[in-house]
Amino acid sequence: MTAPFYVAPEQMMQDRADYARKGIARGRAMVACTYDQGILLCAENPSRMLRKISEIYDRIAFAGVGKYNEFDQLRIAGVRHADLKGFSFSREDVDARSLANQYAQMLGQVFTHEMKPMEVEILVAEIGHDSVGDQLFHILYDGTLIDETGWCVLGGEAEAIGSRMQEQWVEGGTFAEALQAAVDALAGPDRSLVVSEIEVAVLDRAGPRRAFRRVEDEDVTAVLGSNDTNIDT
Amino acid sequence: MTLPSFRLSEDPGPDFAALVRRMGLSPAVPDSPVDARLTITHGTTCVAVRYSGGVVMAGDRRATSGNFISHRTIEKVFPADRHSGVAIAGAAGPAIEMVRLFQLQLEHYEKVEGAPLSLEGKANQLSQMVRNHLPAAMQGLAVVPIFAGFDTARAAGRLFQYDVTGGRYEEFDHASTGSGQMHASTVIKMGWRGTLSADETIDLVLRALYEASDEDSATGGPDLLRGIFPVVATITSSGFERLDDEDLEARYLSILGQVATERGGSR
Repeated sequence: MTAPFYVAPEQMMQDRADYARKGIARGRAMVACTYDQGILLCAENPSRMLRKISEIYDRIAFAGVGKYNEFDQLRIAGVRHADLKGFSFSREDVDARSLANQYAQMLGQVFTHEMKPMEVEILVAEIGHDSVGDQLFHILYDGTLIDETGWCVLGGEAEAIGSRMQEQWVEGGTFAEALQAAVDALAGPDRSLVVSEIEVAVLDRAGPRRAFRRVEDEDVTAVLGSNDTNIDT
Repeated sequence: MTLPSFRLSEDPGPDFAALVRRMGLSPAVPDSPVDARLTITHGTTCVAVRYSGGVVMAGDRRATSGNFISHRTIEKVFPADRHSGVAIAGAAGPAIEMVRLFQLQLEHYEKVEGAPLSLEGKANQLSQMVRNHLPAAMQGLAVVPIFAGFDTARAAGRLFQYDVTGGRYEEFDHASTGSGQMHASTVIKMGWRGTLSADETIDLVLRALYEASDEDSATGGPDLLRGIFPVVATITSSGFERLDDEDLEARYLSILGQVATERGGSR
């Protein structure tokens, strides 16, 4: 019998990270940013049925990029966690920070102990009662948890998209400004995105108890159609 | 609390009640009659009436423990989701818990599946909950709800009445539950017309609750002194909307005036 080859732990982690990053880079990216009345989530997604952005709880939204079945499994676990917590305690006790920590624990556990890391990057966003309370938790495939302010980018080409976002996004801007910035950042200078290729949702501060709302194509067109050269409507 | 994860064969899917059971959070069923040793708080009369635009649902505000009035302002009519409502009679504790679980069940399903249940599906879910509650009902903790909603697929209001075993019966004009149900439903039966407007339906429902409170000591009437009125809600294409107390007070003053006129001054 032959002894298994020795692989240095550094090498093993590096290989896993490369594997996960490659998987994530194959999919398309998404952007989240705050605006005066809430948080905008905008993903490049050609599918109408398989969502990247969804509702977790009254003031909490989820977004994932990478392998659909993996982040959808995480989404459902998040909905269960939040609903159970709200049922056992109270609706006010459900918060994004604790959920993001749970996700980080789970992804970290899978990254170090399982055969294959999860090829996902996820975002947990919570709308505050004022803009100071808005939270964006960005969680990587290895369980790294980043508390972002203002905006964040998930997925492949995050750096290029991020630098475009940095240029365009203004703090406390309107919904239209935020959406324009997000779509321009996702598209880049050499490409145009049609409305049917983007998925848009918001957490609306002024909205009802359940703040999550999907933005319909007509409303996206109304914002982007008029003055944008990158968008073919 | 950790993230719940399940093996594929044990996954509860979009069923929140099953998830609660799997997490060990459902209460144990008492193994002997509870009401033999303890006085249980009961909620009483609720009604729902259909009209062309949807449904009116209402319930009185009294809770009783034996011959005591334990609460004057309890609420027994709740929104189940945007387009439906649930009203309960029976042991107040388990009934309110059932409503909470039912509300969450509908929301949980909608979030996990990405689409809401059909109205029929919601009615069946409630039926299963009442059925699962039967062992507790056998120990004296019976809960009997009414479910009503606006079916967006059919563009019409629909009513469902239940029995203690979870039997689900769709009613066409009105449904009622609780100790004052007999008196309330008689008033509704006498006054109901297929052509009633929303306003007329609300007045009929208020009159029915008034008459029930006049005959049944466990049903609370309008309390003009403290400003306590039944919970009344309409469920239409624009959703579940509760009427405010000023509106109800004005309506009750006119009903009381009407009752006085009917009596022609005889005391």
